[in-house]
Amino acid sequence: MGKGMWVFAELAETAVRKVTFEILSNVRPIADKKGEEVCAVFVGKTIPEAAADQCAAYGAHKVYIIEHDALASYTSDGYAKALADFINKQQPSIVLFGATVVGKDLSAKVAAKVNAGLATDCTAINLDDSGNFNVRRPMYAGKVYADIGFPNAPIIMASIRPNVLIPTPPDASKKAAVEKVTPEIAAGDIRVTIVETIKTAAAKVDLTEAEIIISGGRGMKEAANFKMLEEMADVIGATVGASRAAVDAGWKTVSDQVGQTGKVVSPNLYIACGISGSIQHYAGMGTSKVIVAINKDPEAPIFTKCDYGIVDDLFKIVPVMTQELKKLKAEG
Amino acid sequence: MNSIVCLKQVPDTEAQIRVKPDGSDVLLQDVKFIINPYDEYGVEEALKLKEKFGQSTVTIVCLGPERCIESIRTALAMGADKAVHLDDPALDGGDAFTTARALAEQIKGMEYDIIFCGKQAIDDDAAQVGVALAEYLNIPHANLVIKVEVSADKKKVTVNRQIVGGEEVLELPLPCVLTAQKGLNEPRYASLPGIMKAKKKEVKPVKAADLKLDAARIGAAGAKSKVLKCYSPPPRTAAQIVAGESPEEKAAKLAKLLREEAKAI
Repeated sequence: MGKGMWVFAELAETAVRKVTFEILSNVRPIADKKGEEVCAVFVGKTIPEAAADQCAAYGAHKVYIIEHDALASYTSDGYAKALADFINKQQPSIVLFGATVVGKDLSAKVAAKVNAGLATDCTAINLDDSGNFNVRRPMYAGKVYADIGFPNAPIIMASIRPNVLIPTPPDASKKAAVEKVTPEIAAGDIRVTIVETIKTAAAKVDLTEAEIIISGGRGMKEAANFKMLEEMADVIGATVGASRAAVDAGWKTVSDQVGQTGKVVSPNLYIACGISGSIQHYAGMGTSKVIVAINKDPEAPIFTKCDYGIVDDLFKIVPVMTQELKKLKAEG
Repeated sequence: MNSIVCLKQVPDTEAQIRVKPDGSDVLLQDVKFIINPYDEYGVEEALKLKEKFGQSTVTIVCLGPERCIESIRTALAMGADKAVHLDDPALDGGDAFTTARALAEQIKGMEYDIIFCGKQAIDDDAAQVGVALAEYLNIPHANLVIKVEVSADKKKVTVNRQIVGGEEVLELPLPCVLTAQKGLNEPRYASLPGIMKAKKKEVKPVKAADLKLDAARIGAAGAKSKVLKCYSPPPRTAAQIVAGESPEEKAAKLAKLLREEAKAI
């Protein structure tokens, strides 16, 4: 087995995604115990200079920057070729990714290329008593958790769910060695053409990365009523989600759906408005740190498995709640 | 326009999943099984392409135990033409990569223009098989597809896929692998005549030996990740119900609790 614990450092436009820092600071103590280096690996056309320092502040000993004109936008073909070739050359022991849209796509392709073992969407990383690297991950959309080991893997890979591992405070005095790498990408390596990128005006922060989520369900009654949730969201910096019932009714789009067949989220605070709390919905948000339910039905199953509940008409509660939160925010 | 749909049978989304007392695995007795919902979108999309282009065959490829035949028949009743069932205990207990390897070995001898997989199976939630399958077949893939438009000359496909904050439109040469996301279509129900016809459609059984793969690369022997221990997540307790005389009082109390007790705002 090789040496070095790598973290694929993912950019959102020019900013490093938070999940990258979450992974870096949590893999560092593991690497220290094993006597290995932590390396952040960027792939792209031009990586912003500050990005490397940020990774150092969160625990990277070394930052590899793989740059090529053909890597300006993410493609599975391009990024996986660049990263897999470099992995084959350097032979790290472990490569970790954020379990984002890009991270899940890339990790699966790279793992197939380099013959790695891969665990998706992990919520914990550990060394066992014998010094083996293990992960914990939800299965069946969180109805079951499993500890996963990699006994036969020549190289270990895992993608880590955003918002779960707690980052250490950054230390700006820490510096990392930066090494630029030029990948070999030939014409024809990238078989897919990006025709267009369509940005939907909606969410500022994606549900999977949001710290606070306010979701509406069947009890919202119609699409226009989600404006009420948007207003509360603006006050506390939340992202608005929806239950399957609300999506199937056409009030919100599929990309807003939280649940077993939607997005699995893990915010600090999840406020469910007019959501009864089916097993499928719970599977998508059960790992939220604090869950609040507002529902007029005292028998709604969600009240049996959340932290705080208000039994009342959400149309009465949500507007006054927004005002109360505004007051609290004004107090600082 | 020949399509292959990779199909997995999974526990119903309604199912409560319990863990064996020794934590070695989950208990799947008495669980109702269904076609993985994301694979069902793949079946529907393949059928739509067949309707559009005519002269097409839709083949289901399924890896899993004997019980999967029920889900295979459901897909055939929806309108798929035939199926291949990789059913062999030697293929069990693997990881996504051993599964993808076996599927690739099976599929490489078949005629196809497009392969549909679900974006993930809702049991192990790995989201790896479609991508790995494309890699092993050395063809491109697109994940999280919500719209599919095959060109008239059947040489390429334009897809919309979900990305963070929007959609990406990609063009891929055929053949390729597409993994289906919710929103791609509304899967049809099997009709009664469809169910009758499905009984006569061909389901070809395939054994591990037919795939000519090294025994060390299939099933549990080939897996590079392994479940060490399963457990149920700690149950949440019932809510602290925030009471009050008026909505204003309840809302004010809750806001205060969220700030001072839960420290969530």
